[in-house]
Amino acid sequence: MDYGTTYLVLAVIFGLFMAWGIGANDVANAMATSVGSKAITIKQAIMIAAVFEFAGAILAGGQVTSTIRKGIVDVSDLGATPEVLVMGMLAALLAAGTWLLVASHKGWPVSTTHSIVGSIVGFAIVGIGMDAVQWGKVGTIVMSWVTSPLLAAVLAFLIFRSVQKLILETNQPLENAKKYVPFYIFFVGFIIAMVTIVKGLKHVGLEIKGMDAILVATAVGAAVMFLGKFLIQRLKFEESDNKDFHYHNVEKIFSVLMLLTACAMAFAHGSNDVANAIGPLAAVASIVESGELSQKSALPIWILFVGGVGIVLGLAMYGRKVIETVGTKITELTPSRGFCCEVSAATTVVLASGIGLPISTTHTLVGAVLGVGMARGISALNLDVVRGIFMSWVITLPIGGVLAIIFFYILQAVFV
Amino acid sequence: MASKNYLSGLFGASPVAPLQSHMTVVDECVTKLIDLFENMAKGDTDAVQVVYHEIAALEQKADDKKHTLREHLPTGLFMPIERQDLLDSLRVQDLLANRARDIAGIVVGRKLQFPEQASERAIELVKATVATCHQALKVVNELDELIETGFRGHAVRVVEEMLVELDQLESETDRIQVELRSDLFSVEKDLYAVDVMFMYRVIESIAEIADDAERVGRRFQQMLAK
Repeated sequence: MDYGTTYLVLAVIFGLFMAWGIGANDVANAMATSVGSKAITIKQAIMIAAVFEFAGAILAGGQVTSTIRKGIVDVSDLGATPEVLVMGMLAALLAAGTWLLVASHKGWPVSTTHSIVGSIVGFAIVGIGMDAVQWGKVGTIVMSWVTSPLLAAVLAFLIFRSVQKLILETNQPLENAKKYVPFYIFFVGFIIAMVTIVKGLKHVGLEIKGMDAILVATAVGAAVMFLGKFLIQRLKFEESDNKDFHYHNVEKIFSVLMLLTACAMAFAHGSNDVANAIGPLAAVASIVESGELSQKSALPIWILFVGGVGIVLGLAMYGRKVIETVGTKITELTPSRGFCCEVSAATTVVLASGIGLPISTTHTLVGAVLGVGMARGISALNLDVVRGIFMSWVITLPIGGVLAIIFFYILQAVFV
Repeated sequence: MASKNYLSGLFGASPVAPLQSHMTVVDECVTKLIDLFENMAKGDTDAVQVVYHEIAALEQKADDKKHTLREHLPTGLFMPIERQDLLDSLRVQDLLANRARDIAGIVVGRKLQFPEQASERAIELVKATVATCHQALKVVNELDELIETGFRGHAVRVVEEMLVELDQLESETDRIQVELRSDLFSVEKDLYAVDVMFMYRVIESIAEIADDAERVGRRFQQMLAK
């Protein structure tokens, strides 16, 4: 291939840029609920995000990356001209990056996931042909954008209801919080460990199967549970906050829980969204390295690494400011609510990551927030904003597509 | 890059604290009626005048709070309580302050003074009415606890107990009102008829304050039932 190295360098740069953008902007949404409810400080949020976004990207990001890389476009017709796919993926990265830059500047609720999928589909239609798009798979992905917020909403509703039943509406909310919160912690640890083990670890060369997986996940869950118990025991409660209610103290316990769900959220976000940046990069890298179109080749770990580094860089350079702005504005969310939202969103996103579905973390989180709202848990939600958020992806798809087509022709003019 | 964020825009301003602070001002306003009636009984018209201005100022403050809350309640807001219940509750709360100002206005404008035989009882009626108003404020102040528990369990029981007490306090004002009317009836022949007419109107207005305080509570019962 003539420009092999050039292509690869460009792909790495674009991929890094995209990952940087995700770290700078997107991560804030994943962390904001924890910061807003004052469960963690901004500094802690940055540390948690850095560690767990990176871990999520490396340990559980492979499945979604594969989908972005080779699940959307069928390249079997391309045969002798693999460059087309290289250009296309580069164009898709540029298109999604540009659109996100514009959108986040304007404050529009645009998802990285929707942008990149729209861009890839757009390029494939023009660059290869209508038939090259795997419409079945694309349909599944688009459906998952509807079902993921729904699932998160239902989960959040149920979890909040269980919190009400077991803790909030009882006569001794504080005692019950101490008793039941560790089990919620176990649940969070177990789910995330399970999905990671079953779906993620093979990319790092580790495979645990069947019963072993359940055992390991249980062990992880238990470990996190004891960590949570330890943290709760260290808490100091104000005795006479209110005779009838101890909610201030109860919320303190949930703050501990939110510290852990913040980790889960960062992990989930890393596992799903890293693919938006490195999926196209992975496609380019595999063509350049082998010189041909191979649908089989495994995902090299260094690519996941590029994504992880990009996210952490974006977070370090710009994310702090965004987390600060978003977090300080979300003050209406108390830890008990924030916990329900994060647990449901993180679970949904990690499950989607395991199946290999690229979904929007933010939309999932919004779905979860609505779920708690349905259970009469949040004092006021702006439905207009919700409408805007869910409408945005309908617009993002064609715009991403058109931009990708434009960049595709520009790149072809430059290189061919 | 991100100048605005939609996730933070998702969370609307909670109407709970503004509703509570409105009721606090209303309660303060109604409580001033005790001062008004005590000064009236003493025949201190200057002091009555001063209290009247205080009441008018508080009523104005409550009015402003009402308007701000209404402006910050767009129709797209999704809340655990019905928007209509909230607005109704706000309206009734505001009515309490309006009535207090009307009463003070009549007392000042007509230089009203209850006859000795009735003035003690009149103060008693005002105090009982203020007590119902305090109780209504207590109920309104439970709203954040209700939201914390998602309108379930312990908090609901606490509020229900408060509502029962509110009912009892209101019945008490009814009882005093009947006695006050009969006190007044026994001496009214010796008084200037127009003044007596206004005295009955003041009594009626005070009783209406107690009624409305109970209505504030009833709104809450409706919110609980949903």
